[in-house]
Amino acid sequence: MVICKSPAELEKMHRAGLIVWEALNKMRAMVRPGVTTKELDDFAEAFCAGHHARPAFKGYRGYPSSVCTSINQEVVHGIPSASRKLKEGDILSMDFGVELDGYFGDAALTVPVGKVKPEREKLLQVTRESLERAIDKVRPGNRLGDVSAAVQTWVEKNGFSVVREFVGHGIGTRMHEEPQLPNYGTPGQGARLQEGMVLAIEPMVNRGGPAVKVLDDDWTAVTADGSDSAHFEHTVAVTANGPWILTRPSEATGPVW
Amino acid sequence: MARPRRPEPEKKKPGDSSGKEDAIEVMATVVEPLPNAMFRVELENKHQVLAHISGKMRKNFIRILPGDRVAVELSPYDLTRGRIVYRYK
Repeated sequence: MVICKSPAELEKMHRAGLIVWEALNKMRAMVRPGVTTKELDDFAEAFCAGHHARPAFKGYRGYPSSVCTSINQEVVHGIPSASRKLKEGDILSMDFGVELDGYFGDAALTVPVGKVKPEREKLLQVTRESLERAIDKVRPGNRLGDVSAAVQTWVEKNGFSVVREFVGHGIGTRMHEEPQLPNYGTPGQGARLQEGMVLAIEPMVNRGGPAVKVLDDDWTAVTADGSDSAHFEHTVAVTANGPWILTRPSEATGPVW
Repeated sequence: MARPRRPEPEKKKPGDSSGKEDAIEVMATVVEPLPNAMFRVELENKHQVLAHISGKMRKNFIRILPGDRVAVELSPYDLTRGRIVYRYK
């Protein structure tokens, strides 16, 4: 069942979302060659503690950390490690969520470490743009398939592929709520969007084929063909005025990440 | 954090008149009408079973009279009851 949120609830989710946004921006500024993914995770955890929020991923189905850090061919759910140092030319996906006052915010972005090859730059740009196109479809009366198809068409038009095995999701008082939101679909299909619905939209885009596999740690998903993968995410509410990105300040404009 | 995709529930096939799976479809002749849109029908193998009218037929007011040839779906679990899914002209 899809749970619609009241304006007061959306306000609470926005407060949780802003913590996610601020933490991710600070982490983004920390990213440079030589930094370990564990350092980013430690920062996020400390940031939560300083804002009376709880890192939402830690302990979720046994996930050991506060952040998911996925480098290059890792798609999502990479576990931060003290022995994993960022290298010049890597691309790093950082996925982070918090619970504040019973409500969740969830967002992610992929950033270049130092200077990266142009094809990696392109992958990041297309993935971010596919998220922007999807967010633009978040309006009452549209359908889930419109959002999914917006991601898929933009990604495939640019010669990349979308991951099938992982999907976006509803979010609210739990991190994963109904509905599931694939990054592929047919316009005009699926549930109709209503005011108060909140979706975590997260395109996961591979430079090669769409297939992924999960490593022996039971979490880290990597592309089956070893190609690069990027991941961007925002928590977005459906309002009468269109999409409201809860994991970003209301006054922000320009690219979503 | 991305959610692992759950498989979609299986869609009904368009040709499947009732949408219920694994039913055995057989020919039968209506013997007598009973209350509540139920009928006693005689199958080709001379068994008599109790059959009700499928929702789709009831919705479209397909009338059934004694002596009509009908198609009946039987559940493999309970062969004494069936569902009338088609009336032949």
